[in-house]
Amino acid sequence: MALTLRRRRNVTEAVADEKIRIRSVESIDVTVMIGSAIASFALSQLLYETFLPLSGALGYVVVWYVLFLAVSWIAVRELRGNVRAKDHLARVVVWSGASMAIVPLILIVLYVVGKGYHALRPQFFAEDQRYVGALSDATEGGGAHAIIGTIQQVGIASLIAVPLGITTAVYLNEVKGRLAKPLRTVVDAMSAVPSIVAGLFIYAAWILALGNQQTGLAGSLALSVLFLPTVTRTAEVVLRLVPGGLREASLALGGTEWRTTSRVVLPTSRSGLVTAVILGVARVIGETAPLILTVGGAFIMNWNPLSGKQDSLPFFVFRLIRFPQESQIARAWTGALVLMILVLVLFVVARAIGGRGPDHIGRFKKWRLQRKGLA
Amino acid sequence: MHELVPGATLGGEILINGVDIYRGAIPVTDVRRRIGMVFQKPNPFPAMTVAENVVSGLKLSGMKVTKSERDDLIESCLSKAGLWNEVKNRLGDPGRALSGGQQQRLCIARSLAVSPQVLLMDEPCSALDPTSTRRIEQTISEISESVTIVIVTHNMQQAQRVSDRCAFFLAAENEPGRIIEEGPTKDIFTNPRDSRTEDYVNGRFG
Repeated sequence: MALTLRRRRNVTEAVADEKIRIRSVESIDVTVMIGSAIASFALSQLLYETFLPLSGALGYVVVWYVLFLAVSWIAVRELRGNVRAKDHLARVVVWSGASMAIVPLILIVLYVVGKGYHALRPQFFAEDQRYVGALSDATEGGGAHAIIGTIQQVGIASLIAVPLGITTAVYLNEVKGRLAKPLRTVVDAMSAVPSIVAGLFIYAAWILALGNQQTGLAGSLALSVLFLPTVTRTAEVVLRLVPGGLREASLALGGTEWRTTSRVVLPTSRSGLVTAVILGVARVIGETAPLILTVGGAFIMNWNPLSGKQDSLPFFVFRLIRFPQESQIARAWTGALVLMILVLVLFVVARAIGGRGPDHIGRFKKWRLQRKGLA
Repeated sequence: MHELVPGATLGGEILINGVDIYRGAIPVTDVRRRIGMVFQKPNPFPAMTVAENVVSGLKLSGMKVTKSERDDLIESCLSKAGLWNEVKNRLGDPGRALSGGQQQRLCIARSLAVSPQVLLMDEPCSALDPTSTRRIEQTISEISESVTIVIVTHNMQQAQRVSDRCAFFLAAENEPGRIIEEGPTKDIFTNPRDSRTEDYVNGRFG
């Protein structure tokens, strides 16, 4: 005991002179990590397989992880002192937390890509399923009708929901009218509406009661019910981030409230508003349940969202994945892959248009300034 | 503007060309255009470039100008604010890319662009370093030829340096703030009538 204590004091003294460099990984750290991993693996093998009455892979990983934390903590403390050990522990926990979040995401993407790329041919973007039979190959036909359906439905839904949502956010945050409080409650309640209920509502009110067909438009209406609260709430938070000093400056220059909002507040929060729209699109583009009730589903291209049934990518996936034929299942995975690609493309485009912070002068803004002779 | 702050009150009257602005004869946006304001913290519009910031007041108050008038206005306002030489090659940069002192002078230029009769300055130098403060004070003395400037400051040396007339405003506990004494700056500092003013200018409190 006395020996350990003395040794630890020496360690502390030695460490005290050494500068702690944060965010750097030294070779000794790597050695300790590898050693601890092996040691804790051996320990958990012993504990889990021999002593504890437990089984199963998940429990094994948990025991290994906890033992790894303990072993590496002791190792670092013995080698480099207490402060280092705490630092090490925090670093390991934060890193593993971050990877716990990112690993499933990467796995999902890889899995869908792996399942879907076989049947992905250029014609998937050009053809529909009118000549596809039960025995056709997975590479025959395509999902163009579903892609067009999704783009049109989400497009119309955002045409409805984005102006409405941003106007509502302006009312809540800039006008601050008497109805702001109840309105905020309503928006909150709306964001809790399950998507199938939104679909049922449009089905009952728009299709059954008003006697409309199942169309792409009906689907858009259902999606905009889901879209609206997301855009409104995010846009409201974004507008709240605009410093009050800018509003005061604008009013002090003789600006009306309308011009203050349209020329100062909204341009300042432009990139945040783009984020609001992206979050809204992300909320609805993968929705299946409300579309089953409202767009009807189709195997052939229908360019007109105002009349006749349409298809959409999530619905396409949902329908085909339940077929017994391998080819249909492969096509469904391709649909899922294309949906992810579509989302990616939309987000990249939105970011490019929306720009980064308000200070950033993008290519479009530069062009506009040059045209006005201000650059 | 003070009406935006909940609970703010005022007494007395404020006359511009003999008209009380609180009587409601002039629309509030006109009042605000005639009275420019520079705030404590520099607040250029982040979504606009330096040049756009200068002429933003025109857009915000709905004034129309031709392109050449606008370009002249940008140059003359920035020159008046003592900023033209520093930023003439950076007119396309975002307003917030400038330094703190430059941003504050940009805000002064922005206020001048709508040609106000009065310019309110609320502690314009309190967030700035001494060099920028000196630059702003130069600006103040240059533009005071054409604009009436009302500056709020708790820096007594600054008050002495930049002002012709001076008013001592004091708020005590449980009492609304009021003007204690008013007169030519020289008299206030050398020969105050009120004992509280005397205590303040001699640094016994504050």
